[in-house]
Amino acid sequence: MDHHRSSTLLDEALALDWTQPRVIVIEDCVETNGAFVLHHVLKRSLALHTSSTSAVIFLAFSQPFSHYDRILRKLGCNLVTPKDNKRFVFFNLLTLECPDGDEGKTSGGLPSLYREIQKVIIALHEENRKSITIMIDDISLMEVAANGSTNHVLDFLHYCHTLTLEFGCLLVTVNHGDIYSSMERPALLLQMEYLADILIKAEPLSTGLATDVHGQLTVLNKGICEGQGNSRNRTHNFHFKVKENSVECFYPGTRT
Amino acid sequence: MGRGSQSRAGTYRLAREIPSEVVCPLSALGAVRAFSLKMKDLTIYYNHVDTKHEYCNDFDLRKPLERHFLTAQNICCLSIQDPPNLAALRDCCAKFLAQFSRNNSSISCAGRVAIQSFCAPQCEYSNMEWDMLSFIRSLKGMIRDLNAVAVITFPPSLLSPSSSKRWQHIADTLLSVKAIPDEDKELANLLTGYQDMVGLLNVHKVANVNTQVPVILEATTFSIKLQKRRYLVLECLNQAPVDGSSGSSYASTGSCSGSTKTGTLDF
Repeated sequence: MDHHRSSTLLDEALALDWTQPRVIVIEDCVETNGAFVLHHVLKRSLALHTSSTSAVIFLAFSQPFSHYDRILRKLGCNLVTPKDNKRFVFFNLLTLECPDGDEGKTSGGLPSLYREIQKVIIALHEENRKSITIMIDDISLMEVAANGSTNHVLDFLHYCHTLTLEFGCLLVTVNHGDIYSSMERPALLLQMEYLADILIKAEPLSTGLATDVHGQLTVLNKGICEGQGNSRNRTHNFHFKVKENSVECFYPGTRT
Repeated sequence: MGRGSQSRAGTYRLAREIPSEVVCPLSALGAVRAFSLKMKDLTIYYNHVDTKHEYCNDFDLRKPLERHFLTAQNICCLSIQDPPNLAALRDCCAKFLAQFSRNNSSISCAGRVAIQSFCAPQCEYSNMEWDMLSFIRSLKGMIRDLNAVAVITFPPSLLSPSSSKRWQHIADTLLSVKAIPDEDKELANLLTGYQDMVGLLNVHKVANVNTQVPVILEATTFSIKLQKRRYLVLECLNQAPVDGSSGSSYASTGSCSGSTKTGTLDF
């Protein structure tokens, strides 16, 4: 399998322009973990050829720094050096707890976190870091940190979205779609899907788990410019197998 | 994390919604080989690796746990039924887990936290779904940096579907147990050794910390059997193959294969 070709299949589907503000939403489920997409985008963010002008702000609700560090090392990317150079700003939010009620709207918790992020982005912008990526892993745990206040979480995400427009950032979020599938009105999921420029869904195969194929990805890329003021949505669907040092993406039936 | 189900009638109950009674922080990796829970009378067996044999994975289900084991050194038991909120439980876990910090030396002992029927309705906080989620998240955050593990069981039918999914996502490893009905002729034809089975264990997710590669098991369903009314045994379960033309199972003409591989539960 041509690893270069297979990883570019995902890159082709994403078609990222690192200078343009974009929102990427990654959805997965219990059966199929989509975190590998986050790791792939993180690696790409830090390995840009214009690396001196790129930076990543990572909000970790799910795992400690050591988890991502070890995974990215196997992918050929060192997180320690950019962390020391302030090109990789890691917020360990495993134990973040937001105040309840009205206090949570203006102080502590998520509002305080947003102000920190804004400060970091302004500082990075002043250092001429033009490709800034904000990553959030994951939204469902942010809701737990906010004691179930979906409105606070949505407010936070909307504010982050304004940052992407103001500073040309990329915003990447991970969420678990199956949490909301039983709800009559899954407001958070619907709003995130609406905001997303690129929606990526990681799902199991209908035939179940297999050692050679770990699942399937559906990538919906909205508003791809086709010139003359035209744009359209483009959907890619392919299978994947996650490895320690890469992810193999291939169209169904093409894997040898 | 383990999910229980409605029990079947009979001498041995695989899982039932019982009052949350015990939180047992266990320590001393050198001492603890394994533990298992006998649901019938909520006894926990331990066998030490040294001459005292207090902790082990080999126990006799016919005998109740001697109470002095629950008051032994490095064991703390408390009821989670009484406290009106989870703050006290969180503090207790934090205090217990503080002794298992990681350092450069080899692991001399590890901590184990076991919480049974965490969302049972007898507990004051059982309708506070976000508080329970917050507690589990907090416990997971504590354990991440320590030499410790936690096992939590819960009946998913008592949670909203959305909350149940959140619990499943928070878990690193996710198992479920299900009782097998008595006198089911269809199952008796499909499963070899059906008469000895008390239930099924399913493995839904296996922890993949520090790696992005999912763990794909050869078998994810195990039968739970009692041998000689004494030993709990897990066996890999294989289903009888289905005839591609008729769609009917071969089980009607021959017994299905059943692995004779047995494994001990080792925590």
